Order: sequence, then structure tokens, then C-alpha cells
Amino acid sequence: MNDVPSIVVDQLVKRFGAFTAVNQVSFEIRSGEIFGLLGPNGSGKSTIIRMLCGLLTPSSGSATVVGFDVARQAEDVRRHIGYMSQKFSLYNDLTAIENLQFFAGLYGVKGRALDERIAWAIKMSGLAGSEQLLTGELSGGWKQRLALGCAVLHRPRVLFLDEPTAGVDPLSRRQFWELIHQMSREGVTILVTTHYMDEAEYCNRLALIDEGRIVEMGTPTEIKQTAVKGDLLLIECSPLGGGLAAIKQAPGVIDASVFGAALHVVVSAGRDPVTELPAFLAGHDVRVGRIEPISPSLEDAFVSLTGSRALSSEPPQ
Amino acid sequence: MNLRRTAAMSRKEFTQIRRDPHSLIIVLFLPLIQILLLGYGARLDANHIPVYVLDQEGSQDSQALLKAFQASPYFDVIKAVNNYHALVRAIDADQCKLGIVIPWNFSERLDDAGRTSVQAIVDGTDDNSAQLAEGYAQAVVATYASNVQLEWFGRHGLAQDASNPLSVDYRTWFNEDLESKNFIIPGTVALVMALMGALLSSLTIAREWERGTMEQLIASPVTALEIMVGKLVPYVGIGLLDAALCAVFAVGWFGVPFRGGLGAFFFTTILFLIVILGIGYMISVATKSQLGASQYAVLVTLLPTSMLSGFAFPIDQMPAPIRAITYLVYSRYYVSALKRIFLGGAGINDLVPEIVAMTIYALVIGFFATRAFHKSLQ
Amino acid sequence: MSDEIVQVDGLTKRFAGVVAVDNLSFNARKGEILGLVGPDGAGKTTTLRILAGVLSADAGAVLVAGQDVLVQPEAVKSRISYMPQQFGLYEDLTVTENIRFYADIFEVSRTVRQQREDQLLEASGMSRFRNRLAGQLSGGMKRKLGIACALIHTPQLLLLDEPTTGVDPVSRRELWSILYSLVFEGVTVLVSTAYLDEAERCHRLLLMYQGRRLFFGTPDELKNMLPGAVLSISSPDPQALQTAVAGEQGILSATAMGDTLHVVVDDPDRRLAQLRAGFEHAGVPFGEPRRIAASVEDVFVYVISQQETQQGS
Repeated sequence: MNDVPSIVVDQLVKRFGAFTAVNQVSFEIRSGEIFGLLGPNGSGKSTIIRMLCGLLTPSSGSATVVGFDVARQAEDVRRHIGYMSQKFSLYNDLTAIENLQFFAGLYGVKGRALDERIAWAIKMSGLAGSEQLLTGELSGGWKQRLALGCAVLHRPRVLFLDEPTAGVDPLSRRQFWELIHQMSREGVTILVTTHYMDEAEYCNRLALIDEGRIVEMGTPTEIKQTAVKGDLLLIECSPLGGGLAAIKQAPGVIDASVFGAALHVVVSAGRDPVTELPAFLAGHDVRVGRIEPISPSLEDAFVSLTGSRALSSEPPQ
Repeated sequence: MNLRRTAAMSRKEFTQIRRDPHSLIIVLFLPLIQILLLGYGARLDANHIPVYVLDQEGSQDSQALLKAFQASPYFDVIKAVNNYHALVRAIDADQCKLGIVIPWNFSERLDDAGRTSVQAIVDGTDDNSAQLAEGYAQAVVATYASNVQLEWFGRHGLAQDASNPLSVDYRTWFNEDLESKNFIIPGTVALVMALMGALLSSLTIAREWERGTMEQLIASPVTALEIMVGKLVPYVGIGLLDAALCAVFAVGWFGVPFRGGLGAFFFTTILFLIVILGIGYMISVATKSQLGASQYAVLVTLLPTSMLSGFAFPIDQMPAPIRAITYLVYSRYYVSALKRIFLGGAGINDLVPEIVAMTIYALVIGFFATRAFHKSLQ
Repeated sequence: MSDEIVQVDGLTKRFAGVVAVDNLSFNARKGEILGLVGPDGAGKTTTLRILAGVLSADAGAVLVAGQDVLVQPEAVKSRISYMPQQFGLYEDLTVTENIRFYADIFEVSRTVRQQREDQLLEASGMSRFRNRLAGQLSGGMKRKLGIACALIHTPQLLLLDEPTTGVDPVSRRELWSILYSLVFEGVTVLVSTAYLDEAERCHRLLLMYQGRRLFFGTPDELKNMLPGAVLSISSPDPQALQTAVAGEQGILSATAMGDTLHVVVDDPDRRLAQLRAGFEHAGVPFGEPRRIAASVEDVFVYVISQQETQQGS
């Protein structure tokens, strides 16, 4: 990794009529960095990506991708980027190699570079020996790596990933992220948009987006530490249902929910819940087995930052 | 069969049709568009067909026959030639569509045997207009003298069976003013039913598969029979409505007579709908995809209905093997019933052969349709 | 045991010669959430489909509430609810119309339906959207409506195939709280998921791999299967740390996250010095290794890669 910014976004705004989809968004991504835009559906993530690909013109503000202005030099921008989403348009009725050849043709990869890149993509995606299988017959993990291969055939300097591992099993997911980390080490800048926490955990830095604004930015660890107001506790108790009902009435409890065979409880900071809560629950005929503080997950952070709004959010029309 | 579940199925299906713009277009506009197109655009009447004549006799009788042609709005006698080759050349050069040859012994034979013949040479490149020209010429000759026969010689396509003396066909019996719209329009009701019914019903099951709702239906207590009946009932209703719409339009707009019974009309329509919807449903069960289903539906219903039902192309003018095949085409019986109801004034009692044939079809298709769908993913 | 509402014994299913489910046995008790976990093609969906009576099996027995689903699939359908991955909603019907359709199909009486409908829509925060077309709902709300439709006839057993795929975290939490409230009412829930953080929310887990059962027990029991311990090391460049130590003696796995490295070691006390040396050699700053609780994902990846190594050798 070096410190040359690969993507610079400055006060970017996109309005659709009276609706502001992206509101004063600014961030910089270094070359070789894996940067995540994390937000609920309709938060403005894909609008940002579309502007960075030169598909939408910003209403105001500016953005450059590898030095090219996205509004004025969209063609130059597109030559240097690759794009892959979970809904990546692979042709299921073509073989793996035919898909690669097709996308190579689209990107104008020719001659020796073509053979070399296709051979590389086959090896990278682990499809050696299965090149002649129809894409529709491949498993999710293979399809996903093939899609990645198609997206980077032309050696882009910036790679956009839109929920790349949604619905793929954990093992394939880990393999996929290893490939992404390798590319990042080779200097490819990676911008991930997602609402999946496990995808966000693999990013070097994250921006949490809600209603078109960045509400928090930092490394996954920083975000987990700052976002959750209060302390998170795991409480094993019986009966569980009675415990849940009772603890919601306890002083200092902000939120409580069932988690497997236990409760997750958020208590406002500065209290002593480990002694207070068992006593309170005992008064409601609930016996506490285990109570211990746990560190919040990225999902906890996400829900606490966007929760109230996401609940009332209506789908885009 | 549980009535509540079946009714729930029907209600759901009907709501979906009501909300789907494509279905609504098929239900409401397709019938009108088809009947308008076929009533006007694809109208088979051809006026002012160019005719060359070769009058080898030059008698009063032959002149009278030519005058009859001249007077007909369907023909324009544009030139008289004096030898056979000139006539043939004119047809080949597309200067005329029909050549009339009055033989040198025309009057003589007319007097002697009460039978004589006139030769007609028709341009067979356009099969349809050739048939029309034949029909019109036949009618002209028939009005001139019932015992004058035409001997037909086709150029190009029609050569093989052209020498058969033509019988006076169907249309001149019931359709005395020779208007092909009266002949065509009653048959369009069959075309509309076939297309609308098969298209819509072929989508019903395929749509459930494609949208992933079928899996949940299979996992519920609803039975295969309830699914089928529930889904098809709304289409029977819509089909009857469309049939009525077509009939009103045919009578009100095109002035086609409706001489038969309403009961016969709706009864045969219901029988026809059962066959069509059953076929559409089975296609839907078999293909599981909306696109594939609609393509097969058009193939299996529209094609035979438009080509082999006698809707536009008279069955008795088809070659014998094709004519034999038409007996297997279910829409043949409905088209025949429709024509007899509209033009011939038939009621249920007059339509026994058609109704028997259609009932057999409905029973057979119904039998297979109820067994087509199994509640399983395999 | 009488409270075992689902008993599966020796279940086998083949598709054109490929074994999708291989001699699978498990059970589910009244009022528990059993998670079906496994990679793509592990046989989770096939298993749920057989339980739902929409697919036949080649061998084995599946008892739901004492009835054999394989022999008489229709007999149990009124007691089961099944939500496939594509959660069978009619997108061109409104929220209420969808619920009423399924209520009629399951012959729920009108008064019960009205009561249940209000209750379910209230619990899922959808009361305001009664007259909205299902196709115009967000992904999360579609799932919740799918579940509401599945619950309208108060089933004893709820089968959910990947209900949270494509759902944002807030809706996901709501979904789970709906599931927990069902469990308190005594409903048994079988849920398949590819998200392992969700597996921790289940009472018991059935870990599947290539149609076979790899593990069946509680999440805590599963975590005990992982030998050694998980260490978390924060670093601005976890990839560099990973390359430095991956594959070394005693390092069972090393996964680079965004700003931390997760390392599974056989013996933390013995390996700490070894790790430090490796990291220092990489020349990248790193924080003090911290021992963290193994996640289901850590164990899952470990168990599956063990299986794959065994098969490879």
C-alpha cells in the first residue's frame, strides 16, 4: 500500500428532482486500499458508485478516479475500472471460457494478452479442468470467482464490488477475499458497497452511509468502539421469555433481544450492570446463569447508527 | 374439491389479471384489434381484378357472358386478345390475374347439351387471390347460366388440381352477397378465443414456477385439481365476455348477420374454451416457463385455427389429405358452428355433429389436464 | 421423546445419480430453533423441501408430528409452513390480499384470520402497508410478509430456507425477534442459513456438507470442536502478517480481515513467540495478540477444510 490517493471524492451531491440521494459526501481512498461503503438499501451507495463509474453526472461537487474527473473524462475513467456485483451478468448458457472470451472482447483485450489473461483468470478462479462446463452448472463460489475474473481481465486499477459475496458459503467467501487481498497488495484499489457485515469486516476502512450522508468513517475496530452507546452484555437466564420481558423494564437498559439461548442487552454507560441486573431479575423470578460484557459486533454498530431510521424507511418508488 | 380453496385461487387469479397490463391488453384489446384487422385489413375481397379475354367465338352468347364479367364489380375486363399465347404471356407478365377463354363452339355446346364450358386461366402465384378470382368468376358464370361450367387452368402454383370443375362453394350458399367479411368475421371469434385463451392459460402455471410461488402452493394443502379449476374459471368468464364482445362488434360494426341462437353460441363457446384452456394449461404445466409456454400455445392453437379450421380458407377447397387432417383440428367444429349460427341461423339442435365432436374433445382434454399436474418439484 | 416434533432417520435423496442428501439423521424438539448450516450444495434446501413434502426421498424416514411425510405428504401439510428461498409472494397482490389468499388455502376461519393478521402485521411493523402491492415492498419487508403468510394458519413447524439473504441488519433482527416469539409459543423452527453469525442465534445446529451430517448439537458444542484457540492481532496491513505466518507449524489458519488478522493456533502459549517473530520479520506494525472467542464461522471453515483435506488425500 502507498499513500497516493486513487479515488478522491469531494463534497459530492446527487439530486433526483427534490430527492437528495447523495448529500455532501467526501472521502479519499489510497491506492491498494480496500474501502467499504456500508449502508442499508436505498442509502445512496449505488448512486455513489454510478457517479464514480461515470454513469451518472454529479449535481455538484467533484470526484476523480485514478486522476480522471468522473464528470468530464468518463471514458478514461471506465478504461481503468472493473465492476462486479452479485448479480454480475454472466451468461449461464455459455461455458466458463466463452464468458471470459466475451468479456475480453468487450474490454478490447487482444492478442497474447488475451490468452495470458484468460489463462490467469482460469487459474485464479480455480476453474482449471472445468473451463468447458456451462456457467449455469457451476456452484455459487465458482460463479463468483469467474465473475471476478471477467471483471479484472483488462487489469483495472480500480475495482468496484457490489455485494460481491452475498449468498455465497463461508468457505468460498474466505477464498474470494483472499483473492481480493492479493489484488490489493498488487496495488488495485477496491471499493466495496454492501449491507453485509461480514463483507464489511474484510475492508481496511469503512464509511457508514445513511440517507445519502456519511455518518461514520474509520477502520472496522474504530467503528465498533465508537458507534455503540453504552455497554453490551450477554445474559443467560431462565426462563428466557420472562427474562426478556422483565429486563426491558430494568433501569439503564436501552435495548434487549434474544440471541440464541441467551439475551443481548445494551445498558447505558457508567452503571454496574453485572451486579445490578441479576438482582433486578431475581426480583422478577428470573434466575441468571451467566452474565458478562461482550464486545459489540459491526452489526451492533450498524443497527445503533442507522436502526431507528432504517426501521421507518420506505422502499424507493 | 374444497370450494373455499378453489374460490381463493380464482379470486387471486382474477385480481392478478386485473392488475397486469399485459393480460388486460390480451383480454380487452386483442379481440377488438383482431376483429378490426381481419374485418378490414385482411379482408379477402378483391375488387377490380384485371381480366383479359380471348373470345374465340364472337357470338351474342359469348358477348353476353363477357358483359356479365364487365358488369361485375369484382372484375375489370381490360383487354381482348386474339390468340391464346398472348393471353398466357399477359398472365405471366402480371398484366392480368385472370384470363377467360370462350371456345369457338361455346354457343353450340350451350344449345346442344345444356352444358358448356368456359376456360379460365388464373395466376396462381398468389394462392389467395387466385381462389378469390375463381370464386367470383364462378359466381358470375353461375348467374349467367347455371349450366355453364368453368374449366380452370392455373399458371404456376395451382396447375395440378386446376382442371377440376369447381363446385359452387359454401360462401355462395349462405353468403349470397358474396361479401367475404360475412364469411371471415364469425370465424374470428374462434381465433380470438384460441389466442386469448391459450396465451393467458399457458402463463398461469408457468408464472407460479417462475415467481417461485409454486413451491409454496405445493407445500400447502391445496390439491392439483383445485389449482387447475381455480385458475381456469376466471378465464372461462373472460372468454365468454370476449366472445360476446366480438359478436356485438361483428353485428354492430360490420353488419354481419346473427341469425342463430344465443344459447348455441355460448354453449359451443364454453365447449371450445374448455379445450383451449385445457391445452394452454397442459402446455404451462409442461414447459414451466412463460416464454416457452406462450410460444407453444400460439403454435398449438392459433396456427391450426387460422389455417385448418375453415376460418378463412374453405376446407372443401383443400387437397384431400389436408382435408382429412382438418377433422382432427378441434377449432374446425367451432368455426363451423359459428358460421352456421351467425349466417345459417342454427340453434343447438342443428349443431349436433359439431357439439358431439367438441364434447369428445373437451372430455379427452379435460381428462388429461386433470392428470397433468403433480404436486411435486420433480 | 414425545417433544420431538421432527424425526429424520437415514434420509437419502439422489438427483440423476448425484447424492444430494446422504443418510441424514437428526431431530427437532418442540419450541426450538434448529439451524441448517452448510456451504452451497450441502443439501440444506433439499432437506427442507423433503420435510415440506414438496419433494420425495429415495430412502429413510421423515416423521413430522408422528406422521410420515414420505408416505403421506398431504397429511402433514396443514401443520407445516414452508417458506422457500423465493418466499412465494404474489407481487401483484397487496399485503392483505397475500395474507388472505394463504388464509383461505389453509382454511383459517375469518375471525381467527383477522386477529392473526393484525397481530402479525403489528409485530413486523407493517400495519401501515396493508394496501401496498407486495412487489413494492423492500427486501426485508417482503421476507416479513412471507413469514406472516407462512404463520397465518399457526403451524407447529416452520421451515425457512435462507430467510435473511438480501435483508438489511435491522430487518434481520426483527425477523429473529419474530422467530423467538414463535418459539415461546411452542412452534419449532428449522432455518437454513449461509450466514454463520446467525447460526449462533440457533438453539441447535445441523452442520451439513455434501449431503452428510458433519455436526449436530449446540453452537457451544460446535465451538469446542476447534482445537487450540483463536487469536486476533490488529494491524494496518493484516495481509502482510498473514503471508508471514500462514502455513507454519501449528498455525491452523490465518485470515486477514480489514484491520485485524485472525489466527487459529493449536496451542496459544507455545505459538505466541513464533507468531511475534514472524510478524516482526514482515516489518509491519502490529498490536498485542488477543485471545478471542471462536466464532461459528471459524469452526465451520476449520471443519470443512479438514473434510476437504481428508478427501483430497
